[in-house]
Amino acid sequence: MKLVIVVPAFNESSVIYKVLSLLPKSLNRISTIETVVVDDGSSDKTSQEAKKAGAKVLRHISNRGVGAATKTGIEYAKIKEADVVVTFDADGQHDPEDIPKLLKPIISRTADVVIGSRFKKKQKMPLDRFFLNWFANLITFILFGVVSTDSQSGLRAFSKKAINLINFSGERMDFSSEILLEAKKHKLKTHEVPIKAIYTSYSRAKGQKNINSISILVRFIIKFLR
Amino acid sequence: MLTTIQIVLLIFVIFAISRVILRLKEKVLSTQMAFFWVLIWLAALVGILLPKTTTKIASFFGVGRGVDVIVYISLALLFYLVFRIYVMIEDLRHEITNLIRELALQNPSQKTPRLLSSSRRRGSKK
Repeated sequence: MKLVIVVPAFNESSVIYKVLSLLPKSLNRISTIETVVVDDGSSDKTSQEAKKAGAKVLRHISNRGVGAATKTGIEYAKIKEADVVVTFDADGQHDPEDIPKLLKPIISRTADVVIGSRFKKKQKMPLDRFFLNWFANLITFILFGVVSTDSQSGLRAFSKKAINLINFSGERMDFSSEILLEAKKHKLKTHEVPIKAIYTSYSRAKGQKNINSISILVRFIIKFLR
Repeated sequence: MLTTIQIVLLIFVIFAISRVILRLKEKVLSTQMAFFWVLIWLAALVGILLPKTTTKIASFFGVGRGVDVIVYISLALLFYLVFRIYVMIEDLRHEITNLIRELALQNPSQKTPRLLSSSRRRGSKK
């Protein structure tokens, strides 16, 4: 099986080399692993750092948002005829050790979409993030009728069937919930596995501003009205 | 006799209609859109020159004053137009994204000059 790891990145030059170098080089039942970094119009040396780490780099010439970058990576995976796609955040908030756990249900063909959930097991998390994520889960449930313990997770795995069926248009964080809706629409088997969340001062400062969630919500609702 | 405000508004409406016709000639506006805008401005013209008609419309709708009915209708129309423009901008955004995606997929790893100075940061991650 061929695995493509998609890493959307925007201005992550200080951490991306380390994050990429910690990604697995070989895995059980996986014949080849290719890492593709989608540089979402960074103004720093994200592309160079990623290349130095040996990753394939695709560059957006202007910043289009994490959803758009993820989609570009998935399109690349389709071209490369990947059997499994894993999305992985570039800021170092995920633990590479979780990747095999995500792949397991796909390799055994028990699921097509595997969500790494930061809330399945008890772990420390900043309180504002905790509430924000649960709010997002609630909105995802109200708007889409999809129950998820972590609708915004960046660590996910998709089978070939899933990447061919799932089509999303959300360009910012709204894409995460949209994928869940697409999975539901196409009756794909979805599975959640607990993952570790590493909150560093870096990922906190770099990450999504809490206030952004409001504009994402508005965008969501407008999408329904159009 | 025309009041000053009627004269000012009249001149403005004539100016607006002339713009619509000019844009139609330049083919910036489609015939349909030009028709729509001319209709809007002609309605305004009726309201300006024959204010009594607005009172009739108002009483038909059960609204007190003629001016009120104009304000209500204009507001509804404006909100709808803003919504249409919002949708259009979203569509444009998607088209730009699709273009940028195609470029990224066609020239992997190639350093391309930045076309847009994207000063607004979009959340590229949580």
